[in-house]
Amino acid sequence: MHIDHTKNIIEIKNISSSYGDETILNDINLSIHKGDYLGIVGSNGSGKTTLLRTILGLLSFKRGTIKLFGQDISVFKDWSKIGYVPQKVINFDNNFPVTVEEVVMMGRYGKLGLFKRINDKDKQEVYKALEQVEMLPYRNRPIGDLSGGQQQRVFIARALTGNPEIIFLDEPTVGVEKDIKEKFYKLLHDLNEKLKLTIVIVTHDIESMSHEAMHVACIKDHTLIFHESIDDLFKESHGIISRRL
Amino acid sequence: MLDIFQYNFILRGFEAGVIIAFIAPLIGTFLVLRRYSLIADTLSHISLAGVAMAFLFGWNPILTTLGVTTISSVGMERLRNTKHIYGESALALFLSGGLAIATVLLSLGKGFNSNLLNYLFGSIVTVTQNDIYTILILGVIVLILLIIFYKEIVYITFDEESAKVSGLPVRFINTIFIMLVAITVSLAIPIIGILLITALIVIPVVTALQLKKGFLKTIIYAECFSILSVIAGIFVSFYFNLSTGGTIVLLMLGIFLIVILSKRYL
Repeated sequence: MHIDHTKNIIEIKNISSSYGDETILNDINLSIHKGDYLGIVGSNGSGKTTLLRTILGLLSFKRGTIKLFGQDISVFKDWSKIGYVPQKVINFDNNFPVTVEEVVMMGRYGKLGLFKRINDKDKQEVYKALEQVEMLPYRNRPIGDLSGGQQQRVFIARALTGNPEIIFLDEPTVGVEKDIKEKFYKLLHDLNEKLKLTIVIVTHDIESMSHEAMHVACIKDHTLIFHESIDDLFKESHGIISRRL
Repeated sequence: MLDIFQYNFILRGFEAGVIIAFIAPLIGTFLVLRRYSLIADTLSHISLAGVAMAFLFGWNPILTTLGVTTISSVGMERLRNTKHIYGESALALFLSGGLAIATVLLSLGKGFNSNLLNYLFGSIVTVTQNDIYTILILGVIVLILLIIFYKEIVYITFDEESAKVSGLPVRFINTIFIMLVAITVSLAIPIIGILLITALIVIPVVTALQLKKGFLKTIIYAECFSILSVIAGIFVSFYFNLSTGGTIVLLMLGIFLIVILSKRYL
């Protein structure tokens, strides 16, 4: 499968950044096209999460350009086109007093904007997103009462409820059991296939990506060492990913 | 029977107390869940500098405190955002700096007197009719801004990073929020006192969190605990001639204990 660069929605050119004297991203070039299912893989500390956070505007960079939907990131305003499922919600603990519905509703706030109240349409969108991830019956449950896999589905519903064109997931399967992980990847596959949602996963789970993703980008020592389609990779040689790592 | 209401200062105390009891848990819910309880403590210590200034120059203590805490709150938020120093260290700098300025100003103006004790530990005797108007206006401002930015503050409290990615102006809302904390601290001083404000902001929320309800229900329970404690505290302190602030806080701690014990044994 060939990478089609004519429909790029994310374009990263020559991105470099450092923290003090330490390089954390080294001249990264990467493009993500509409409808893609991209796995950004690499070992711990390789720089893959740093790259994700830079694309999302959470970290600044020293050199290079990032274009989101054709616009430079510094002037990009249409963040509702982007959904984000963080690895670990920073303050989230099981005692946080929010229900599943309240969590998913947060995904509408960016689209709603300041000074606007939640209306029936927002509620319908929340229910729709919960249905897509098969969590609608749990909508009134406290989020802390759910299992790790169920919580992950709720966070995906939150990312979906703003009707994004692309979602980024940071290490979504860490600490999730094997059978739940399979169901989780099936859900992502369906979202990519049926809703034509562009999916970008940052993960160290190279094996799963080699089955699930369309393309794989591999980061090693803060440098992108390859970005190819899964088919091309397997044509070259089985197990090439792990060898290059 | 209720000869307590014959006294105008008691009525003023009730009026001010109920407004403060209503506002404090609203702010406290977000502070506790963001692990920012220490910010209220820092601002309350800084507010002593405001009280000392008011003593020295003959200004209105609530308004002077409001100015000092608001400016400091914005400074604290900026310093925390620079990431040059740890968040808690920024709080420690402001807390000790505020206290140092307060002690120097108090010694300059010979302010170490019984009037100071009223502000340190709270006393409804200090509340004037003008204070009631000031507290009411400030309380309404806090309430309106919280209603306007409620959904954004909830999102930032739960997951600040995702709120940023969704395009919400997180830094702006955080600045508004910390200014609301500063206002709440300033309006609570006359009743509860500088040293006990954090208790009013934190304890009812911590108690309500034990009940494990949704976000809005947690706020409602915290409101109930807070208003009940303040009203009962003013009654008890009047009849037993006790410190108002201390009595209110002890009642809040009593409710907290009852909730914890009933959860364990019922």
